[in-house]
Amino acid sequence: MVTRGFTGRRPTAAFARRLPPGQFETDDFPVLAKGPTPQVDLATWRFTLSHGPRPLASWNWAEFEALPRTVWQGDIHCVTTWSKFDTRWEGVSIDDLLAAAGVAPPSAWLLALSHDDYDTNVPLADLVGGRAMVATRFDGQPLTAEHGGPARLLVPHLYFWKSAKWLKGLRFTARDEAGFWELRGYHMYGDPWKQQRYSDDP
Amino acid sequence: MSAAATSPWHQAKIERVARATPRIVSVFLETDLPRHIAGQHLDVRLTAPDGYAAQRSYSIASAPGQPIELIVEKLDDGEVSPYFHDIAQPGDSIEVRGPLGGHFIWRAEDGGPVLLVAGGSGIAPLMAMVRDWAGGAGSAAITPMMLVCSARTWEELAFRDELLQLEASRADFRFVAAITRGPRQRDSDRAERLDASALKELIAQWGHTPRHVYVCGSNRFVEGVTRGLPDASLLAAGMIRTERYGGAD
Repeated sequence: MVTRGFTGRRPTAAFARRLPPGQFETDDFPVLAKGPTPQVDLATWRFTLSHGPRPLASWNWAEFEALPRTVWQGDIHCVTTWSKFDTRWEGVSIDDLLAAAGVAPPSAWLLALSHDDYDTNVPLADLVGGRAMVATRFDGQPLTAEHGGPARLLVPHLYFWKSAKWLKGLRFTARDEAGFWELRGYHMYGDPWKQQRYSDDP
Repeated sequence: MSAAATSPWHQAKIERVARATPRIVSVFLETDLPRHIAGQHLDVRLTAPDGYAAQRSYSIASAPGQPIELIVEKLDDGEVSPYFHDIAQPGDSIEVRGPLGGHFIWRAEDGGPVLLVAGGSGIAPLMAMVRDWAGGAGSAAITPMMLVCSARTWEELAFRDELLQLEASRADFRFVAAITRGPRQRDSDRAERLDASALKELIAQWGHTPRHVYVCGSNRFVEGVTRGLPDASLLAAGMIRTERYGGAD
């Protein structure tokens, strides 16, 4: 349906190819969160990989920082319709994390767990194969608290609410369990190229 | 089933566009959307003749059951907000989707006391809560509510007259303006940028301990107000909900 008088501001052809439908490109780095920014202390920080309630492996900050590092550069897409191009992240890939834990994945589903009681579900297949990391640096600097520091999940091929901030662990679940936003009307998977924004999107 | 029947997008007719402040207009819509909950938002989609479309989210400022009112702040370099300010006229149609959002919401059964903190156009979802509360919200036992609104000047306070009237008529409603670039108009207002310590003072003067806190505005505003606000003696982080307006228009 054409909106009378609306012309819009189109991205360049090169940018348009990189923009999923319904998104616009921004130079800003908007911040969205369900509550106040938690202040997470590195001295007590711990990252835990678990299977249901059972811990499989855990690392303190120094141990985590000693794991193999990965750099990823590319575009990120927020369900609120902004996209940011050429972001640069550094952290520990989930592949390396699982290898360091020395465990075979016990299920095909995970919940990312955050310090502010946020959680979000991501299939294992979307976390491995170089598709995701626990990021601790952005643009060459330690990740700031408002962007999820000290550590956040980075799953850039899904809408960014899946890239949980203030990450404290990943939990294997027996089935695909809805997380915080998925229980509140947002899509279970969240592919930006398919515009899977809300639960009634196909 | 036809595509039209399954599309989440609804046609909405612009009933009128009214100036709310020098930089904000209220946009009233006629829609067939389901009833919203105070605090929810709509997605709005505008489409150019060649099919190019822009999509944005706007919080609903009207009370549940009332015609939809959105407020739109004009961003000079924006893509969508200038449409509502300069082009939209009564009778025009846009597309909307919603109501959406299940976290930054308040219903009468959630109770209170309720503290609402708005920065600029961040008042929109909080205004829906105020109006829902003022309308009785279906509850006999009405809980106290305080709304603290930050704006650059007294003239830039959206819904100012309605809020002043409500405060004059209801002892259980308190309205505080925090003016950052001009004089305050009333002794009960503040002439300063809001931060957590100012808010704690206001809570102490109010005399109620909030059970629910909603903070909405730019990220800078929300960070400024909430940094240090989770306070073991007064407020747990879990009772503070935030909604931050990004760099979008």
